[in-house]
Amino acid sequence: MSSTTTYRTCPRSGLQFEANAEKLMLANAVAAVVFLLIGGILAVGVVLTRWPAIHWLEADTFYQVLTAHGIDMLIFWIIFFEIAVLYFCSSTLLRCRLATPKIAWLAFALMVIGAITNNVAVYQGGSSVMMTSYVPMMAAPSFYLGLILFAVGALIGCFVFLGTLVVAKKEKTYQGSVPLVTFGAITACIIAVFTIASGAIILIPTFLLSVGVIDKVDPLVYRTIWWAFGHSSQQINVAAHISIWYAVAAIAFGAKPMSERVSRGAFLLYILFLQLASAHHLLADPGLSTGWKVVNTSYFMYFAVLASMIHGLTIPGAMEVAQRAKGFNKGLFEWLRKAPWGNPVFSGVFISIIGFGFLGGISGVMMGTEQLNMIIHNTIYVPGHFHATVVVGTTLSFMALTYFLIPVLFKREMIAPGLARIQPYLFGLSMYFFCLVMMGAGTLGVSRRHWDMAFEGAALAYQWPGAAYLMMGLVGIAGVAAIAGGAIYLYVTVGSLLWGKKLEAGAASTTFTPIPRSAPTVVAQSYGSAGFAAPGTFMLAMVFLVAFVLYYFINWKYLSQVWGLS
Amino acid sequence: MSAILPPSERLWWKHPLDRVEGTWIVIALIWCLIMFFMMVGWHLYGKQNLSTETYKTTPDKFSAHAQAMVDKYTVRTETADKVPVVAPPAGSDIYMIARLWNFWPILELEKDKTYRLHLTSMDYNHGFSLQPANINIQVVPGYEHVVTVTPNQSGTYSVVCNEYCGINHHTMVGRIYVK
Ligand code: HEM
Ligand SMILES: [Cu+2]
Ligand SMILES: [Cu+2]
Repeated sequence: MSSTTTYRTCPRSGLQFEANAEKLMLANAVAAVVFLLIGGILAVGVVLTRWPAIHWLEADTFYQVLTAHGIDMLIFWIIFFEIAVLYFCSSTLLRCRLATPKIAWLAFALMVIGAITNNVAVYQGGSSVMMTSYVPMMAAPSFYLGLILFAVGALIGCFVFLGTLVVAKKEKTYQGSVPLVTFGAITACIIAVFTIASGAIILIPTFLLSVGVIDKVDPLVYRTIWWAFGHSSQQINVAAHISIWYAVAAIAFGAKPMSERVSRGAFLLYILFLQLASAHHLLADPGLSTGWKVVNTSYFMYFAVLASMIHGLTIPGAMEVAQRAKGFNKGLFEWLRKAPWGNPVFSGVFISIIGFGFLGGISGVMMGTEQLNMIIHNTIYVPGHFHATVVVGTTLSFMALTYFLIPVLFKREMIAPGLARIQPYLFGLSMYFFCLVMMGAGTLGVSRRHWDMAFEGAALAYQWPGAAYLMMGLVGIAGVAAIAGGAIYLYVTVGSLLWGKKLEAGAASTTFTPIPRSAPTVVAQSYGSAGFAAPGTFMLAMVFLVAFVLYYFINWKYLSQVWGLS
Repeated sequence: MSAILPPSERLWWKHPLDRVEGTWIVIALIWCLIMFFMMVGWHLYGKQNLSTETYKTTPDKFSAHAQAMVDKYTVRTETADKVPVVAPPAGSDIYMIARLWNFWPILELEKDKTYRLHLTSMDYNHGFSLQPANINIQVVPGYEHVVTVTPNQSGTYSVVCNEYCGINHHTMVGRIYVK
């Protein structure tokens, strides 16, 4: 059959890359990085305007820049990268050829055209509607058209991924079940298909509305379906970056999952319950019943949260087991102290795991509680929360993975390894602080998507407390530090690609080498104390739980003091 | 052997789980259930629950109700635009219009008294963000949301619009007095 392709085995990692898949991964990853660059430049405008002492841009420019920042980062940077990850998890990890490379290029082209069309619409003005584009506020038709083209491209990419799984199965490139990381990617892909369908259901009528073919889209129906798209797409990110965490644990430590059953079961919970996610964006909305809100916002009794709490334990747990097996067995935390902190692939992922759990996870569950949402909805707490999930969680994981891919996929020696070493710390830790102070300002009530907290020109202006100004000033400082961290990533990545020393690719062959069958091993390890394989991780999990419980009930206390509402 | 290779045991769903994992799953599950029942319990015993009473409405219909209230209970006007300050009796239906770019009218309420506050938007989505109490409710055009409120502290409250609604979004601030 398609013998036109070749396979090379990377001499540094042992991974086998198929030529078509490799080019597509590169193209998608490069497109992703370009949008991260654009989104990062826009972040400068956003953050310097929200920093009250600077208040840089004019109102119209600010809303325009904020619209583009949200879309370029959340949609274009992340989804381009995810398509690359999907191809990696199928073709590379299963050592097979990519199904239908021509169609995969078509998908890529549609995504690029869509992304450019949408960006142009925003920069022309008249489409400063924020990424959510709530009707009846309307953007230019090309704004929606761009998003629709991009989504169609991404959907095709998902099907190429699924097709590749079929190829691997048929050509018997592996035996037994797919690897856990591929399994996680399948989860991401299934959620993506659901997500993009929701996006189509709502964006197509809105596009028709913008060109005058239909004359009304109900605002509440819009919000409900838009968020079935908007939030589920965040669950694609979660499934994707958790897969990357497992991959990095395997790459950096040779760690294997503590139990395949537990980890895969947790991914299955995602598939079963994530579609309910739309609800927590609508808790402050009229017209939806309490029962619907309670069941949906909790993803049916918090089963999806349960899944995340499981991954949050099993990934560091797997690292701990692997480290203990290497002899770092003293006390609770020697395994962690002796971890490769100077390797940005590891440090990036670890900073991501901790920040995603402690900052993003706890704040997300808190504000996703039906009643507690009333003290948070649409305050700047919300971007505080999702910069912890989508920046510390997803973006930082993608950055860490990139450091692994530079020599392996890009075949370049990394330039400036010293800068790369500090990058996860600068970016990750300043983002931690950025998120915390945004949440602080939000707790005081400061609005998101708001040009001027001094309400210039308002007859009945409100005076925010000094603490709110202080918090927003700190948001500015932390944001600038994070942008510097992002700039280092871009410099190292793009620089390595352009000027890094070329590395040997590994001999190309026209046939694949299947994955050899590995011998069954004892699964449960018994290092550590008390029959616990990972006591240090368990300790961390307990600290997490205590923080979670305290913070959760503090907010109930806060809620109990506001006006009575019924 | 590792997460990036196929599992060595074919039947991954038969893998044993470690004690650490088992214990954590039980703890996490209990916590998830506590959080779930906390929401349900607050509906039974808590005093802050968002009403779901909602009607379809139109700008004309809603304005007529608001105007009737203003005609009846206005006590004075404020600001250069002569925004009416309305002091409706405790227990009554009170109206607040959100529109580009103000909240209308100003309401004057009594502490510890209960009112049925009707909210809607005449145009885009807006946000009802009561400060400094920090209560935040989405205001959606076409839908009349009736929220029963009981102010528990006297003072001057601001209603900040916290849903982006266009270029003058930052000037959209209303007011509620509580005596
Ligand atoms: C690197 C530094 C970054 C800084 C300093 C930054 C700063 C900000 C700030 C201050 C806001 C809130 C503005 C407001 O609501 O008034 C914002 C919004 C947002 N940011 Fe970022 N950001 C950064 C990176 C990212 C990344 C990497 C992503 C996604 C992967 C992202 C996604 C978003 C989204 C989706 C919004 C919401 C836009 C909206 O409200 O429609 N940001 N950003
Ligand atoms: Cu408004
Ligand atoms: Cu507004």
